[in-house]
Amino acid sequence: MRQIAIYGKGGIGKSTTTQNTVAGLASLGKKVLIVGCDPKADSTRLILHAKAQATVMDKVRELGTVEDLELDDILKVGYGDVKCVESGGPEPGVGCAGRGVITAINFLEENGAYTEDLDFVFYDVLGDVVCGGFAMPIREGKAEEIYIVTSGEMMAMYAANNIAKGILKYASSGKVRLAGLICNARKTDKEYELISELARRLGTQMIHFVPRDNQVQRAELRRMTVIEYSPEHPQAQEYLTLAQKISDNKMLVVPTPLEMEELEELLMEFGIMEAEDESVVGVAETAAA
Amino acid sequence: MSNKIKKLEGITKESTEAMINDVLAVYPEKARKKRAPHLGANDQGSGNACVKSNKKTVPGVMSARGCAYAGAKGVVWGPIRDMVHVSHGPVGCGWYSWGTRRNLVTGINGVTQFAMQFTSDFQEKDIVYGGDKKLRTLLEEARELFPLAKGISVLSECPVGLIGDDINSVAKTASKDMGIPIIPCNCEGFRGVSQSLGHHISNDTIRDYIIETREFAEPETPYDIALIGDYNIGGDVWSAKPLLEEIGLNVKAVWTGDGELEKIAATHKVKLNLIHCYRSMNYMCKVMEEKFGIPWHEFNFFGPTKIRESLRSIGALFDETIQANVEKVIAKYDPIMQGIVEQYKPRLDGKKVMLLVGGLRPRHTIGAYEDLGMECVGSGYEFAHTDDYDRTAPEMPDATVVYDDPSEYEFEKFADALRPDLIGSGIKEKYVFQKMGIPFRQMHSWDYSGPYHGYNGFEIFARDVDMAVNSPTWKLVKSPF
Repeated sequence: MRQIAIYGKGGIGKSTTTQNTVAGLASLGKKVLIVGCDPKADSTRLILHAKAQATVMDKVRELGTVEDLELDDILKVGYGDVKCVESGGPEPGVGCAGRGVITAINFLEENGAYTEDLDFVFYDVLGDVVCGGFAMPIREGKAEEIYIVTSGEMMAMYAANNIAKGILKYASSGKVRLAGLICNARKTDKEYELISELARRLGTQMIHFVPRDNQVQRAELRRMTVIEYSPEHPQAQEYLTLAQKISDNKMLVVPTPLEMEELEELLMEFGIMEAEDESVVGVAETAAA
Repeated sequence: MSNKIKKLEGITKESTEAMINDVLAVYPEKARKKRAPHLGANDQGSGNACVKSNKKTVPGVMSARGCAYAGAKGVVWGPIRDMVHVSHGPVGCGWYSWGTRRNLVTGINGVTQFAMQFTSDFQEKDIVYGGDKKLRTLLEEARELFPLAKGISVLSECPVGLIGDDINSVAKTASKDMGIPIIPCNCEGFRGVSQSLGHHISNDTIRDYIIETREFAEPETPYDIALIGDYNIGGDVWSAKPLLEEIGLNVKAVWTGDGELEKIAATHKVKLNLIHCYRSMNYMCKVMEEKFGIPWHEFNFFGPTKIRESLRSIGALFDETIQANVEKVIAKYDPIMQGIVEQYKPRLDGKKVMLLVGGLRPRHTIGAYEDLGMECVGSGYEFAHTDDYDRTAPEMPDATVVYDDPSEYEFEKFADALRPDLIGSGIKEKYVFQKMGIPFRQMHSWDYSGPYHGYNGFEIFARDVDMAVNSPTWKLVKSPF
C-alpha cells in the first residue's frame, strides 16, 4: 500500500486532480482509498456523485463521541470501487479544523480502514498547511509520497516551494519524500518550461503537465470525473497517463527548496516577474506622478 | 518591621553562598546560569530582593508552580461563594482543582453557595467545532438549576485559547438574555510563567466586569473597609473579619474568601482596602486607589507580634475611637496569646523552619514562628515577583537562603544542608521530606487544619506546629540522610 498526499495552493485544483487521477488508477485496476482532509469536504464528490458525503467529524458531532462511531458510518464506496472518507470540520472561524483531521485519521487507523487489499491511499489536504493538523497525513507511518499541484502562476509556485520546505523538515526525521510536481495548466506563458525548471531546482520532476480543458468542468457539473463522464475524451487520456506515471513512479527525493531570491530570479528568467525597482517600493500612484 | 539585623548562629553570607554553589554545581552550564540569580543570601538591612523572580521555569527541573487557570479558578474566582464557576474545557482542570484549596464557604451547597464542579467537559467534537454553543447551553442550564446564583464566571482552560473559542461574546449575549452577570476570564493555562498571571487576569476581569456595578444597601460610614486577599483557607476569614469588626471597622466585602459577588461589586464605596495577600490582589487595590481614591494598606494577621503591629498600623489610619479599640483588643488578647506562647515555646524554642509556599506566606508567617521561639532558616516562593522579595528581606534573618521557584533538587539539598526541624510547603513536597525524617506541614491548605489567621488562628497554628515538630513518630524514623 502506497500512501500519497496531495498538497498545493488553495484553489489550484487539488481535489479535481486527485479524483480524476484516482479514477484513472481505478480504471487501471488499482484499489484506492481517498481521505479528504479539508473541512469543506469536497474531495470525494466526483467519485460518489454526491454533493458532500457525511464526514467523520459530522458523525462524531451527531453521536457525541468518536468512540461511538463505526467505520461503515463514514466510509462510502464510489466509482471504480474507490473508497471515500472525508474528515470534515467546522465552519470557517470557529473551532479547530486541524484537530478534525487528526481525529479523523486516528479513527481510520484505529478502526482498520487501511486494509491490506488497498494499493493506494490518497490524502487530499487543505491548501495552506497552517498548523500541525494539516501536516498529519505526512507524519511518521503515513503518507511518504507527496505530489504538489501547481501552475505557472507566481503564487502557486511560491506555495509549492513553501510546501517543499515543509517536506524537507519532515524528510529529515522520517521517510517523507517529494515525488513530483503536477502542473495543472492555467495557460500562462512558458508554463511547461517554467514548472519543469522549478521541478529540476527542487530536485524532483514535473511528473505530468495536465493541459487546461473545459471538459473537466463539464464533468464536474455532473459530479463526475472526466474518466467516468467521457472516457474517450483526450482529457481523460491525460489523467490516465498521470495515473500510470504515478503508479510507475520510483523517483522519491528529499527536496531542495529555493531561497526567496532564487525563486524570484527564476521568475525573472522566464519573464514572469520584472527586476525589482527599489525606487518604486511603497510609493503611491499619485505621489509618483 | 524592626530595623534590627537578626543573625543566626552558623549562618553567614559566605556559608549560604557556598551552599548555593554546591547545589548549582550539578547543573549543566546553561541551567546553572539561569538558576543562579534565583538563589541568594538575604541582605536583611537592604530591604531589597536578593533574587530574580517571575521568570520561566528552567525546562527539565521539577517545579511546584501552577498555571494561569489555577490562579484564576483556585485563588481569585473559586472562593466567591454565590457564583457558579465554570471550568471551560476538558474535565481534568476543573475536577482536580475542585475544593483542593480548602477555601471554606457558608450557605447551602447548590442553593445559596456553589462549591460544586462545573465544567463544559470538552470532547473531540468541541475542539473541532468549537465549544461556544455548548457553553451557551451550559450557562442556560446552570441558570435554570441554580436560580439563586448571583452570577457565573467562565474560566478558560488551554484548548479554548488554542481554538479561539469566543467566550467573551457568548458571555455577553448570555448575560443580557439571562439577566445575571456572566464573566468571561481568558486565563488559559499556557499564559505567563506561573499562576501569578492568572491572578492578574482575574483582577483585570473584576475591574472590567464587576466593580462599580452594585451599591451597598446600608448608608456609608467612615469605618467601611474591605478585606482583600483573604481566601478563607481553613476559615481564615472567619477569624480575621471578626477581629477587624472588634476594633470597630465595618467589613463591607471580602475578596474573595467566602465572598459575595454583589459586595465585591460595591467595593468602590469603601474607605480603605486592607490587603493580606499582596501578590494576588495588589492589582485591584491599585485600580481602586487610582480610580476611586481608596487607599490600601498591607497587614499581617499571623502571630501575636504581627497582629499587634498590624492592628496599630490600621488604627493609625482611623480616629481615636478605633485606636482606643485597638488597644483594648490588644490588651484583651495579649494575655491569652502569652498563655499560648508559654505553653508551646518551651517545646519549640530554637527549632528551625524552612518555607516554600505561594506568594505571601513565605514572609507573612515568619513572625508567627518567631513568636514560638523558632527561626526561619530559608524561605522562597513559587510565583512571587520582585516586590514580594523586597518585602521579604526585612522579615528574614540576615544571610539566610532565599530561593525563587526552586526545583525539588535545590529544595532537598538545602534542607539536607540546613537540617530544619520543620518544613512548610505543598503536598508534592510533603512526602519527600517526611521520608527524609523531617517534620512537615502542608502550608497551602493548612494541612486540613486552620484557621491560622488572627488570634484564634494562632492557637491552632501553635498546636499544629508543635504536633508536627514534636511528634514521637520521628524518633522511630531512621532516615538514610
